[in-house]
Amino acid sequence: MSDFPENAVPRGEPVLSLRGISKHFGAVSALTDIEFDVHAGEVVALVGDNGAGKSTLVKILAGVHQPSAGEILFAGKPVKLVDPSTAIDLGIATVFQDLALCENLDVVANIFLGREKRPWRLDEVSMEIRAWTLLNELSARIPSVREPIASLSGGQRQTVAIARSLLLDPKLIMLDEPTAALGVAQTAEVLDLIERVRARGLGVLMISHNMEDVRAVADRIVVLRLGRNNGILAPDASNEELVSAITGASENSVTRRAGRRAQLEHSNEARA
Amino acid sequence: MNQPQDGSSATPLLDRADVRVKHATGIGGAFEAFITRVKSGDLGFLPVIIGLLIICTVFQILNPVFLSSGNLTNLLFDSSTIGVISLGIVCVLMVAQIDLSVGSVSGFASALVGTLWVNQGWPVPLAIAAALIIGALIGAAYAFLFNWLGMPSFVSTLSGLLAFLGLQLYILRSTGSINLPFGSPLVSFGQLLTVPDWLAYALVALAAAGVFATNYRTEQRRKAAGLSTQPMVAIATKALAIFISLEFVVFYLNKTRGVPWIFGLFVALVVAMNYALKQTQWGRSLTAVGGNPEAARRSGINVRRVYMSAFMICSTLAALGGVLAAARLASASQQAGTGDVNLNAIAAAVIGGTSLFGGRGSAYSALLGIIVIQAISSGLTLLDLSSSLRYMITGAVLAIAVIVDSLSRRSRMSSGRA
Repeated sequence: MSDFPENAVPRGEPVLSLRGISKHFGAVSALTDIEFDVHAGEVVALVGDNGAGKSTLVKILAGVHQPSAGEILFAGKPVKLVDPSTAIDLGIATVFQDLALCENLDVVANIFLGREKRPWRLDEVSMEIRAWTLLNELSARIPSVREPIASLSGGQRQTVAIARSLLLDPKLIMLDEPTAALGVAQTAEVLDLIERVRARGLGVLMISHNMEDVRAVADRIVVLRLGRNNGILAPDASNEELVSAITGASENSVTRRAGRRAQLEHSNEARA
Repeated sequence: MNQPQDGSSATPLLDRADVRVKHATGIGGAFEAFITRVKSGDLGFLPVIIGLLIICTVFQILNPVFLSSGNLTNLLFDSSTIGVISLGIVCVLMVAQIDLSVGSVSGFASALVGTLWVNQGWPVPLAIAAALIIGALIGAAYAFLFNWLGMPSFVSTLSGLLAFLGLQLYILRSTGSINLPFGSPLVSFGQLLTVPDWLAYALVALAAAGVFATNYRTEQRRKAAGLSTQPMVAIATKALAIFISLEFVVFYLNKTRGVPWIFGLFVALVVAMNYALKQTQWGRSLTAVGGNPEAARRSGINVRRVYMSAFMICSTLAALGGVLAAARLASASQQAGTGDVNLNAIAAAVIGGTSLFGGRGSAYSALLGIIVIQAISSGLTLLDLSSSLRYMITGAVLAIAVIVDSLSRRSRMSSGRA
């Protein structure tokens, strides 16, 4: 998105700060001393290999799990996220990987599910207006809000899920693998969407496996490895730096693979 | 921020700003949209209405008494009892569950009313209230078994079918059946009372006016908010069509006995249920739980409470259906609620277009479905054919209805409307 050049985004106050967060499941330490901040109007990417503790951290921030130690500061104040509704009420919205949409309901019904206006006589008109306002703010490509979700593409569903998370005016939005199931064009759309959310001044915490996507939108990359902070990188960090931060060594399966390929190309050149 | 590119001089409507999307306009457009919807498997009430037309034509050719005013009034009297039970079935089908015990529960309720009222001398309203409360408790028990013990409703209600049939037989063990006094208000309600002619006309007029007024208000609000609107002609036509067709039905029925009060009660329940399903948060939750229980749970819906409400409404309506059946037959017997009551109630909901797969259905499917079933039954009785043939034909119609449901579901999935 050329509309929002990186340096024009005002870096606001820290929305979320983690101080020494640890989580133990019995004898297993899933997270140890995690520390990072997410500022308003900033996209922070959380990367790490399988088992690095990303999902545990997301669940802690969504209020599903409680940390064993450490402090969570939200908008500068220490908070206890005892259950999912506390997190939502504070202004932490989570878009889970499987989106959790009802395919038989239309877009408006999904956006307002569980938070309908006027429970005894649904206010369809004002809900539809609010839905369109949200979707237009995201410049979403949704043909009709009165079609069932089943008729939408993967990218459009992701858009609806993000619009729903914005309904309660959160300050921080967490996206778990937002592009995992999407094609090339739809991924680009969702990345655009993330930048628009950032432009609204929200903090965005994005969990992803896809280094390309991470580098495309993130302002900072927080690397987790075996439940610990393993560096905070800038988005222009080289692939080697990122991979070695994630895997913990400069000599790893990825570099070995790259090495083999270079060798192969070298020998091919020699043959030619 | 990003304003939609606006080439035209007028500001586009909020939901018509996207120029890439084709929107149907006018009467021709509305017709085209209807065809597209049917093609993509969103059949609505089309199959059941076509089926009803075929059934009526065939039986009318075979026996001209079939569509006579008197026979239709009789048909409506008979439809109401199982129709009320079927309305509850719609509720449990919406959350993708089933209640197989509605027949037994209705029989048990009628036995209860008979015993409490005739044998124990309770006042009628109190006896009916007791039956309804017991019905609600039975539903709560199913919901408890389902929510906390994970017992599939298919099994819990199957055991309920046997258990409450046993209770019914036990209550009536000494006499076998209890005759309800003729001339009592309850029996008159079930057998004789019809809506006065003028009141029936007035109620239909009121309903049509209500439809027009609510649609008109909604369209005004949409217009004010910058959303697309239906043309005024369409709203007026719809209301007028409802007015003329229903007034004609009332006129035709009034030629003999008129519209039964018991059917009036059934229709009132259907309208109320339709409102609850379409216009309240509860109905939205019910649909959501039927479509994707996990998504509903994460949206903050209390899924267990939704199941609880569906099961409780279903067996309360089953009990009410039993009371009405007792009034209709002027007796509470050991045969009440047995035989085909159970399956007719479930079949009616499915024939009317409520999906067995959950999350898709309408209160009106109970009304249309039970009229189909009673029409078959009444037509075959007029032809003096045995009940063996009635079972076979009703079975075939049910099979066709389920096939239509499955096929339209597949078609919806392939065109992305599941």
